[in-house]
Formats: sequence, C-alpha cells, structure tokens
Amino acid sequence: MSLDAKIPQGPLAEKWSKHKFNLKLVNPSNKRKYDIIVVGTGLAGASAAASLAELGYNVKAFCFQDSPRRAHSIAAQGGINAAKNYQNDGDSVYRLFYDTIKGGDYRAREGNVYRLAEVSVNIIDQCVAQGVPFAREYGGLLDNRSFGGSQVSRTFYARGQTGQQLLLGAYSALNRQIHLGKVKMYTRHEMLDVVTIDGHAKGIITRNMKTGAIDTHAGHAVLLCTGGYGNVFYLSTNAMGSNVTAAWRAHKRGAYFANPCYTQIHPTCIPVSGDHQSKLTLMSESLRNDGRVWAPKTVEVAEKLRKKEITAAQVKEDERDYFLERKYPSFGNLVPRDVASRNAKEVVDEGKGVGGSGFAVFLDFAEAIQRLGEDTVRAKYGNLFDMYYQITDENPYQQPMRIYPAVHYTMGGLWVDYNLSTNVPGLYALGECNFSDHGANRLGASALMQGLSDGYFVIPYTLGDYLATIGPKAVDTSHPAFEQTKQDVVDYVNKLLSLKGNKTVSEYHRELGHIMWEYCGMARTAEGLTKAKAMIQALKADFWKNAIVTGENEEFNAALENAGRVADFIELGELMVDDALMRRESCGGHFRLESQTPEGEALRDDENYAFVAAWEFKGENQPEELHKEELVYENVKLTQRSYK
Amino acid sequence: MSGHMNLTLKVWRQKNAQTPGKFVTYKAENISPDMSFLEMLDVVNESLTHKKEDPIHFDHDCREGICGMCSLYINGRPHGPKRAITTCQLHMRSFSDGETITIEPWRSAAFPIVKDLATDRSAFDRIQQAGGYVSVNTGGVPDANSTPIPKVIADEAFNSATCIGCGACVAACKNASAMLFTSAKITQLGMLPQGQPERYSRVQAMVAQMDQEGFGNCTNTGACEAECPKEITLNNIAFMNNDFFSAKLFREQHAHDHTGGE
Amino acid sequence: MSEFKQTFNSSLGKKLLMALTGLFLCTFLIVHLGGNLLLFKHDQGFAFNSYANFLTHFPPIEVVAYLLYLAILVHSIYALVLTIKNRRARPVGYAVQSKSPQSWSSKNMGLLGAILLLFIVIHMGDFWFTYKYNNILGFKEYRTNQITGETTVTAFTPSNPDFERSYATENNVEIVRVKDLHARIQWSFSHLWYVAFYVIAMGAVSFHLLHGFQSAFKTLGWVHKKYNGIVYFIGTWLFAVIIPVGFALMPIVYYIQSLS
Repeated sequence: MSLDAKIPQGPLAEKWSKHKFNLKLVNPSNKRKYDIIVVGTGLAGASAAASLAELGYNVKAFCFQDSPRRAHSIAAQGGINAAKNYQNDGDSVYRLFYDTIKGGDYRAREGNVYRLAEVSVNIIDQCVAQGVPFAREYGGLLDNRSFGGSQVSRTFYARGQTGQQLLLGAYSALNRQIHLGKVKMYTRHEMLDVVTIDGHAKGIITRNMKTGAIDTHAGHAVLLCTGGYGNVFYLSTNAMGSNVTAAWRAHKRGAYFANPCYTQIHPTCIPVSGDHQSKLTLMSESLRNDGRVWAPKTVEVAEKLRKKEITAAQVKEDERDYFLERKYPSFGNLVPRDVASRNAKEVVDEGKGVGGSGFAVFLDFAEAIQRLGEDTVRAKYGNLFDMYYQITDENPYQQPMRIYPAVHYTMGGLWVDYNLSTNVPGLYALGECNFSDHGANRLGASALMQGLSDGYFVIPYTLGDYLATIGPKAVDTSHPAFEQTKQDVVDYVNKLLSLKGNKTVSEYHRELGHIMWEYCGMARTAEGLTKAKAMIQALKADFWKNAIVTGENEEFNAALENAGRVADFIELGELMVDDALMRRESCGGHFRLESQTPEGEALRDDENYAFVAAWEFKGENQPEELHKEELVYENVKLTQRSYK
Repeated sequence: MSGHMNLTLKVWRQKNAQTPGKFVTYKAENISPDMSFLEMLDVVNESLTHKKEDPIHFDHDCREGICGMCSLYINGRPHGPKRAITTCQLHMRSFSDGETITIEPWRSAAFPIVKDLATDRSAFDRIQQAGGYVSVNTGGVPDANSTPIPKVIADEAFNSATCIGCGACVAACKNASAMLFTSAKITQLGMLPQGQPERYSRVQAMVAQMDQEGFGNCTNTGACEAECPKEITLNNIAFMNNDFFSAKLFREQHAHDHTGGE
Repeated sequence: MSEFKQTFNSSLGKKLLMALTGLFLCTFLIVHLGGNLLLFKHDQGFAFNSYANFLTHFPPIEVVAYLLYLAILVHSIYALVLTIKNRRARPVGYAVQSKSPQSWSSKNMGLLGAILLLFIVIHMGDFWFTYKYNNILGFKEYRTNQITGETTVTAFTPSNPDFERSYATENNVEIVRVKDLHARIQWSFSHLWYVAFYVIAMGAVSFHLLHGFQSAFKTLGWVHKKYNGIVYFIGTWLFAVIIPVGFALMPIVYYIQSLS
C-alpha cells in the first residue's frame, strides 16, 4: 500500500481552508444515520465525541476509567500554546508553526503543523466560552507565560492544572451531549480489538471491566483517541492505566505504526527514590521560567553533596555550573525539552549528579525568590512546590529541587494522513495516539493544543468526507467478522488467564522498562539496540510461559487487564527498538552516539532520514515491514537546530 | 533494612456489589517511608500474586493527585491523615512502624461497591450531565479576550473548578452528602460571565439530579471541606443554596429542559 | 407537583425550612430572655406575673405564639425527615469512626435537638399549659400606691372559678389581680433535679446554637467574607453564651434563694 499523506497542494497558509472547502459534506438530516465510535475520552476523544455529536452524528464513547474525566490529559500542568499574539511580542501563526517544526527537529509535516498553529487560536476561544478559568491579568484579560523552545509568551494556563481545566471543559461538552442523548458513554470498558470488513474499520470489541462481558460495537467509523505509550518504559509520567493496547491491536489489524522510537524525555521530573517506585512525577516545564538548572562544576563537590557532607546552599557560586545558561546563552534554561534532558544526562554521566543516587541535577529558585519574593513565587508555582515537598519531604523554598529526565510523551503513534485517517479506511487516530504533529520532539504546551485541535477543529471536517463517500447504509454487528474478531479476543483472554507461572506481570513490566530505558532511551547505539531486541524477544517468550495472571474473566480483574497491556507493551518495545536501530541519526530526544557533531551535539541526517517511518505488522513474530513517507519542506529550511 | 516499617493492614474485601464483604488482615513488611500509600499496596499485591491469591482491588490512575480516581478511607479519614492530598500522594512516612491501618471503601448508598475498595461513582457523572456545562457548540464563539473577567473572579472560579471528583467529600460527610461536589461546578460556572445565561436553570437541574442519586443533606459540619484534597470550601455550598433559592422563589427559569439535538 | 411543593421537597428546600424556622426560634429566644429577666426583679413577681398575663392576653402575641409552635413543629419534623434520609444515604457505616476535623456540636445536632424538644415539652407543660389550662395556680393581688410608688402583695382567691385577671384603680391605688406563675416558678426551681435538668437543657441550647446559628446563614446562602465574622461573633457570644447562661441563671438563682 502506498503512503499518501493527502496533504493539500498550494501555499502553506491556504492548504487547510482550501482543503476544508474540497471535503465532501454530509447532509444535516443524514448525519443522524451515522454511528461513530470514539475510544478514549481525553482531550482528543472528549472534544471529538462532543463536537461530532453536536453536528448530529450518533456517538458511542468508551473509556477504561470509571469516568471520562479521569483521562490522563488531566495531569498536564503547564499550559497550551496559541498564536494569539495577545502579548504584542511578535507572535504569529507562522512563528508558532516555525517553532513547532524546528522544535520537532524537522521531522514533522509542514502542512499538519501549520494547520495546528492556525486552529490554536480557536481552541482558546472555545475553552473560554466553555467556562475554563484561565489565568488572567488584573485588567481582566488572559495572561500568558513562556515555555521552552520559543522566545515569545504564547502559553495560556490555569495555574499548574491547565490540562485538568481543559479536560473538564471538554468533559462538560461531552456531558451535555450525553444528556441530550447524542453520546452514549461506556465507562470501565476496554477496547480489545478493531473489526474490519473489506478493509474498512466497522467496529470494535470491548471488555466490560466490571463483568468481563466481551461485547461487539458497530459504527461507520472508529476514532482511536487512546493516548501515548510512555508506560512501555514502566516508569514514566503517564498514569498507571495509560497503555498502548487499543493502538497496538489496531496496528495488528493493519494500521501502520509510525516513528515508534520517538519518545519524549521530560527534563524536570522528580528523581526516582527506590525500586518500589510505580511512576514518576513531572514538575511543569514552566518552572524553568524562573528556576535555574545547575550541577557542581567538579566531581569532588558532587561527591560531597551526594554524601550529604555539604548542602546545595554551601556550594559557592564559582563552583556551580549553570550548564544550560552557559551552553545556550540565548535560550538559557528555556531550551527545548530534548536539549535540556540530554544535557542533564551528560552532566550525570560525567559523575556530577546530585542527590542520594547521583541521578539528578538542581533546579534552583533561590535567585527567583530573592528577585520576586517568596509570595510571588508561591503564587506562580505554589501547587508544584507543594507537590515536590509532599513527595520528597524537602522544602523547595529553602533548598533547590532535584530533577532528572523521565519519559513523558510519545511523539510516535499510529500513522495518519492529513485527515487523521490511518491507512485502514474508517479508522482514525487523534491526539497523542497518532504520530502526526510533533516530529522527533514535542515542544512544551503543544500536546494539549494538538489533542484539542484534532478533536474540536479537524475531525469534524475530515470525517464527514469519508462518511459521505461510504454513505449512510446502516452497520450492525451481524456480519461474521464481528463474531470472528470477538472469538479471537475471547481466546486471547483465556490464553492470558491460563498463565499460572511464577513471575508477576509487574515484574515483567519493570524488566521491560529497564531494557527500554537503558538501550532505547535518551542515548542509543546500534550495539545496544541489537542487544535489547534479543532481550525483549526472550522476555516475551518467558512472559507467555511464566507469568502469573490470577482470577477469572467474569469479574473485575485488574491482573488480567494489566497482563494484556504488558503483553502489548513487550511487542511494541521490540518495534521501538527496530525503529531506533533503523534510524541511524540523532534527532529530537533520540540521540544516536554514532551521529554527533564534533562538539557532541546531536547530528541529524536529513539526506537519509527525512522521512516518517511507518511500520506494517506482518504476523506474529515476523519482522515488520518499513514504509517511508518522505517529508517535504517547501517553506522552512532544514538547519541544524541551534538554541545557542 | 533500617528505617523500614512493618505494618498490619485491615482491608475491606468484597467480591462484587452482590456479595457481602469482610475485613481481611494482611501484613505489609519492609515498607520504605518514601513509598506512597498505593505503592505500599502494590507491594502487598505483588506478594499476594506470588501466592496466586486475588490482589486487593483499588481504583487509581494518575498517581499525582489530579485524576481523582484513587479513594480509600484510611483510619477514619478519606485519603488518610494529611490535609489537601489524595491517597496516591500520601507517603508512608506519615505512618509509624508497627501501626495497624484500617482501609475501607467510600461508604455511600450512591456509591455502590464494585469490588473491594473500588466504588461506582457514576452518580457524580450524572450530576454533571444534568447541567454542569455551558451550552456552546464547537466553533462560532467570540474571541477569548472579548469578555474581560476580573482576576479575583477568575481566581475564585478556578478555586471551585479545581475539584477532581474523587468523592472524598461524600465519604467524609456524616450524611454522605454530595453538596460540596455539586456546588463546586455550580459556583465555577455561576461566577463566570460565560455561565450566566444558564445559571439558574443549571442549579435546579444539578440539585434535582443530586437528590435523585440518594445522597444525604448538608448540615454544614465541614468535614467535606477539611478532607477535600483540593481544599474546596463550604462557601461553594452557600453559593449553590443562594442560587437555588433565588431560582426557585424569584426567577422564571426552569431546570434544563432539552428537547434533543437538531 | 407545584413549584413550591417541589422546592420544599428538595434537599435544599428542606434545609431552607430548617434554617428559617431555626432563625425564627433564635429571635424568640432573645425576646423570651428579655421578658424572663423580670424574674430577677425583687418585687415578689409583680412585673413577671404582669408580663405573663400580658403575653397570654394580647392578641398579636397570640398569633406569634402559634407561629412559634408551628416553627418548633416544622423544625423538629424536618429534622427527623432529614436525619432519616441522611441515614439512608449511608446504609453501611465505617468500621473506624470518622476522624475528620469537625466540631462536636455540628456532629450532634440531632441529639442536642432531641434534648431540646424534650425540654420544650416539659417546660411548656409545667408553665404554659399550667398557666393557660390548669386551674391549680393561685392568684395574687398587687396594690400600688401611685403617689408613693409602694406596692403591697396579698394572695387573692377569686369567687368566680372562671376569673382570669382584673385591673382597677381606686383612690390612687392601682390594683392588679393576676395568676401567680411566679410562685409556681419558685416552687419548681426549689427542686435540685429540676434545676439540673434546666441547666443541662441550656447547655444543649448553647451547643445547638453554636453550630445552628451560623449554619443557618450558610444554608440560606448568606455568606460573605465581610460579614462572616459578625455572624460567627453573634452566634458564639450571644446565642451560645449570653442567652443560655442568662436562662440557666434563673433556676440557679431561684434554687439558691429557696435554700435560705
């Protein structure tokens, strides 16, 4: 199958508006004849479900949590970008587009990113109209702050809980449609497979997590809005339940998986405290507006800090290395996430890390507190400081925070075209679930923008085109494909339940995480990746022999749910390693030691790797086939990124 | 290992809503004070799994205090002994070695037990569905800066909007009342200009749904406010009361009466 | 269902009635205490008996009195209805008692209210009912010389069994003949157990109003940063201290007097 991204022709600024005009429309009275399935109710899912229902489609929405409001979009802290230029500081749609393309290390599509920047302004309007309480200035107008990778203030925020407020806005729009009967909501339902008929997605198979019932649901289109797969690393900032299962099962039914190795490592997370750790907590990137990142200049001083012989405050100014400010004077502490993370790792690798484990650098607010006063700092970041204090038992007003990079977001995901359609007609992927807009590195405050852009302002247009093409003929679950797919799921569940070995699923998950972090994390080598592939294959074989899955299907069974998710993570892990091995260049957060500049900076290889890697599943334990979508840059010049 | 704790847990176990439940005692050994409460339960569950026993079921997801999925009534308090945090943010350093910890699910007629410590809080969703929104469709809305909102109003609205829907207010209330939860959304939208057109229909619809779900009545005892992980105050309830009486006694608007889509 | 019926059947409507009746009863307490302060006057019950007589024979007061009985009834019945509903909202209780920070009085409004209801029944039976419908009270005759202002008191036995009161002036002497409730009070408050019961009941009033007064304001939605302090102050000092202490002093003082 050829990979046609369907990017409209014409000047960049006109692509989307022209495309919208060219898309087929569904007659208003016909809309109610279409059933749309939306899986996942985060920013992308909730906004899509609500917007489509408003248009008149019948929507069935699914989430595995007990309420659509729990989706992990809720945890996004810092903010959402929009090219409003309310600050009069030189922002524009083109600048947001340019920053995002550059921030993504020139591995995203121009057309998609421009559209994203274009609709970003509508998102803010929409959210404010819903009653989202964004931060405001004393004059009553909206406030902005700065985020990494840009030199303008374009990030809208609601204290450190922007994701929560945006999600609750989308959730309220969804609730309204549930009340109106246009959306039927299924909570505590996990999607376990996609049903395809004649190559088109026509429904899904779900498991009711409370009763174990395996059900079939038919629709004219299936929208996967199921988030990212950061939990393949076991420890990440994702929620415990975040998983790849929906996307992975779709992949196994034919949808290509694009750029799986593009993961974002967030620089400011609270360091790991021990083996018991179940997840990592992010400290918003906005902290880098006022916090200064540093490590001791010498290994000796670092050693003393690690042994707690001295405190951070006792380290003299000339013994400190504010390494981001030193190396990147124009962006300073606000370099993009990948750059900040890589530099922190480098410092730690040189033995200058701090904290008990040595796997941390400082994020220091002493200067900000002196300049602004503790009250101002508290007003800006109070909840983040409290959270840090709660977790570490250290008071960040008195001593610098310890931070270390952690897996936060996955830029890779299901391959989609400009219409957000996967290569399987009728199967769409929105938000973090798709690969589309962030290239090899996502800028801060762009994830919320993309999720809502896809859900509110893209899919309501592009989906209609497909629906108008296939026509409103009713779909139901009577086709044998539903029974067949359901049987596959039942067999799979039974296979999992038959595992009565001697190792818990969490133990496998932790092991997988170690492999991924060690060999497929911030720095990668061909040698390491080859080794990792063999380790993952062995882990997979062992899992299907020795894992323990307790309980039965006909009950609320977290062990069973987790087993299915980890089994999928193991398979995905192998694909990520394949993808990383293939991509013999450094780009974004992904640093190949074989590809660096003489100064040790990441070196991209545009000649050979300016493409999207879309992988096709070819059967169990078969190597996947690589399809390349060439990235064409008509507007921006590919340069080595510099934030110096 | 030094500094590690051994604890006795009395945990409510219940297979499903239909089966009666009981307390079962477990040992939690070698617990680091740096663990979160849920990580401590993870440790217990790992050992149960190794023994091929059914792990303790509890709801949890983000583990950073924002999704509202975790619950647990710990030693007589929702989300445990510390103020303004959720169970997932509670660390074992808040307990002492040798302590016995009793863990119960939220108790409310409106929150039936699903399994062990997990309850069904969909009543909260239904209250929101009854009117916890501004009826605007996607697109066609005015520019975000066209309506200035005084900072103090925006901040106050935010304080109400910060509710995570965990249900600790219901769990803490001696009457299992959901008024703090319901009033938080009513207050948020009632304060903002965007919420004004439906202000008085919203409050009636949401209160009616709240009553229908079988929650108790507020007696202004303040346990909800004390236990709310997001520190939402009783003033929200007063705001709701005020709007409700105003709507019922002095205004024309009725509860949301939607006739459906197109 | 009519709009009003629907309103008062809702949870908030019931709470509204509780708050309104509660506050009405609070205002009554002020008046009641004010009147009863006459008991501290050393005039062998002249002022108090006149006051009692006035209360029972002035028609507008009669109307208010019926409103008062209604308020007590509504307040008690709705309290019961709400309590039952609240119990049903948590059919399975917790094994560990709540350790959430909350005041003792706010948790025990039902218990306090029940004590108060019992008190009100006994109190009204002993004084109000006795006064109005029971013919066991004696009469007193107060003769006041309007020139000297001197008052003399004698017992008075009416010849007509239906006699209620009389008021006359002869030769600059004002003659007032009224039922002697004061004597009944003196007699009642000479019993230690009865005094103790009154004091306990006033304790209940104190705690009931400590929470109840400000709670009513919250229920009515009358909450504002600028006024909350005043409401708390009045609720605490006037209704939880001055009023109950004032009432409790009456039996105590009369008991001490009865000893001598």
